[in-house]
Amino acid sequence: MGGADAAGTHGDRSTPDGPAADGPAPDEAADEPTAERATGLSRRAVMGWAGAGLALGAAGGGSVAAAVSGGSDSGTTVSDGAIAFYGDHQAGIATPVQDRLHFAAFDVLTDDRKELAALLKEWTSAAAAMTAGREVGQGAVDGLAEAPPDDTGEALGLPPSRLTLTIGFGPSLFEQVDADGTRTDRFGLRARRPAALVDLPHFPGDSLDPARSGGDLCVQACADDPQVAVHAIRNLARIGMGKVSVRWSQLGFGKTSSTTPDAQTPRNLMGFKDGTHNIAGTDTATLKDHVWAAPGDGQDWMTGGSYLVARRIRMHIETWDREGLKAQEDVFGRTKGEGAPYGKQRERDTPDLARLPKDSHVRLAHPDTNGGLRILRRGFSFTDGTDGLGRLDAGLFFLAYQRDTRKAFVPLQRRLAANDALNEYIQHVGSAHFACPPGVRKPGEWWGQALLG
Amino acid sequence: MSAVPRASAVALLSLVVLGTAAVTGCAKKSDASSDGAIRVDAADNSCKVSKTEFPSGTVSLDLHNKGSKVTEVYVYAPGDRIVTERENIGPGTSASITAQIKAGAYEIACKPGMKGDGIRQKITVTGANAPKPGDPRLDQAVASYRKYSQEQADLTIPLVQKFADAVKAGDVAAAKAAFAPSRVGWERTEPVAESFGDIDPKTDTREDGLEDGQKWTGWHRLEKTLWTTGKLTPEDSTLADQLVADLKDWQKRVGTADITATSMANGAKELLDEVATGKVTGEEDRYSHTDLSDFNANVDGARKAYELLKPVASEKDPELSKTLDTEFADIQTLLDKYRQGDGFVSYDKVTEKERKAFSDAVNALAEPLSKLAAAVAPAK
Repeated sequence: MGGADAAGTHGDRSTPDGPAADGPAPDEAADEPTAERATGLSRRAVMGWAGAGLALGAAGGGSVAAAVSGGSDSGTTVSDGAIAFYGDHQAGIATPVQDRLHFAAFDVLTDDRKELAALLKEWTSAAAAMTAGREVGQGAVDGLAEAPPDDTGEALGLPPSRLTLTIGFGPSLFEQVDADGTRTDRFGLRARRPAALVDLPHFPGDSLDPARSGGDLCVQACADDPQVAVHAIRNLARIGMGKVSVRWSQLGFGKTSSTTPDAQTPRNLMGFKDGTHNIAGTDTATLKDHVWAAPGDGQDWMTGGSYLVARRIRMHIETWDREGLKAQEDVFGRTKGEGAPYGKQRERDTPDLARLPKDSHVRLAHPDTNGGLRILRRGFSFTDGTDGLGRLDAGLFFLAYQRDTRKAFVPLQRRLAANDALNEYIQHVGSAHFACPPGVRKPGEWWGQALLG
Repeated sequence: MSAVPRASAVALLSLVVLGTAAVTGCAKKSDASSDGAIRVDAADNSCKVSKTEFPSGTVSLDLHNKGSKVTEVYVYAPGDRIVTERENIGPGTSASITAQIKAGAYEIACKPGMKGDGIRQKITVTGANAPKPGDPRLDQAVASYRKYSQEQADLTIPLVQKFADAVKAGDVAAAKAAFAPSRVGWERTEPVAESFGDIDPKTDTREDGLEDGQKWTGWHRLEKTLWTTGKLTPEDSTLADQLVADLKDWQKRVGTADITATSMANGAKELLDEVATGKVTGEEDRYSHTDLSDFNANVDGARKAYELLKPVASEKDPELSKTLDTEFADIQTLLDKYRQGDGFVSYDKVTEKERKAFSDAVNALAEPLSKLAAAVAPAK
């Protein structure tokens, strides 16, 4: 398949194409957990083991410290591992990267705009509860004996685990394109599609599976405990039954990026640190310039939001493992041990690009090679078992947030797809693009209200 | 149906053998028998009972057919569950029944000509722990659903006989054509059939659901032969006869199933669960690919249960009722697109994308349907 269908079927309508390596690797990130502790019974209190200690225990060391400290525009904080749901921007973008991911893309089944809005309201209230460590609806064990519980229950007793839930709207929500090319404006949203929410172009080498690409909606669930992340997606999918259907979903087991300046960059499955100069969650100025959509950028409803590109990048693990150490290092242009660019000592040292191989990933992805463009990387390693040939079905689930995809991911990926030495070891097999609206500022507001309200 | 007997179904529609539920095993002699049996005079237009109130315990009924037709007499618990019965009482003859009956409200029915609902007399059995009378609308719903279940069993027998005859005649084409229709009544009321734990394993087990030492019998074994080798042997004739016999056993026992409004609602949900786990995946009828016929029958049966419960459900949870009306209509619209001739499109011709649409429709219906039981559960 490939790029050809991108414009067409309902299935891959928002699918782009294109190959490329693990994507761009910009700078540091920032995060601003906004805060605001929700009230209500927490799952842990319900279970009778209140106490905050465990929350920290669940998270990896560095990230927790960062989470607790990240100040920002809306508030503050984190306690018992809860990240504020309400704020100017959605949590889960500049928030210090959690350890685990469950990402789901949905097709909207209903053609009724009111029904879609009602679902988004319901989702918002469930998301506010779950991110605060509370149960959905009437909970997992307090309802009627004859009725299935509102909450599925597998997160009972678990702390909030820094769960964030981030929603995005795909191109096909604004205009559905059928296989025969028919365009349908199901929800009267065509005129409100942001220009930046492009149908991603085909990139050389893309081998995209429509079943792992596109989607009318997405929800990114990140948490330090995988059970908490999976619980969140499962409950949202359940609430949405009949109105939305999960199109595809992806689990990520290890973060590959840090938005925390003082933390080490986690390694990807190739054993390398990549994207060491990510945008820091605390770097408000860079976030403003490169991540958050600003007034005047286009559609007003997106002001304060961000554009998300998701790419499932399969790694040819077995062939990579047979590559010599020096050849591996040449592919990235950095050392495998420390992660320092060639000629430098530390992973975050500013690279001297001229000293790196011309087709090395760091050189090609660096902002200086790309007119200063930056993206906020938030990807995760994945391993979905093995394929029929006994090869690991593993790689990078690349997630990048940016102010305008046309000026960030697209040119960067064009460069990488055409030149990156890494392309020999990777293949882009899934792709999606979403407009993530600004944050829900207070209870009563809902996801997408400015678009659909 | 399920490959493995489903514990949940058994729990929800627990099989009533003599000794549970209303027929108690605790044999305390009641006054009813100490001062003589209760006399029932069954005539062509009347059903006279000598006492309409008597203590719980061992109860004896003396039955006298005063009419001109062969008659039968039933004792029904609420929802028309058969507590005990006696058939084939000829004109001018007598018979007797002895049973253990718990405290509660019952009906005695005389059925001249051995058909219909019969002429009914309400009786009260006194004693401790008599259940609180339920919502009469729900009792009516249960009685109607039991009747529906009986009708489905009754209509299945000739259809399965036709299937069996074709197998025995070695007529593979006719047997294939008769296969899916022979399953419709069963699939519509499967939770009731499964509540008799011993019937389903004999009639509707798939090869991968066999337990150690279990002989594979029933529809799916014949299905495999018909659609794989197509060579029928004398053993297949034996299997066909056994299938008919096992289903006649089901037909006979439907009346004794313990059905409640809650179990009807859960049964409806289970029918959709069957669709979600067996039919949407094409596992149920993996050789014949007649899954959509079973699917449609499952939806028929679930809808029937819902429609019967709707008077109460729509009052307690109008929003739920509205949603269910819409979703039942939507899934039927989708299924109807796949009708072909007297049946449905072969499931191996249904694409992955279409299967996803079926799966979404099933989820859209089953999720609200899972809330129906709470809407008809008795108040605490």
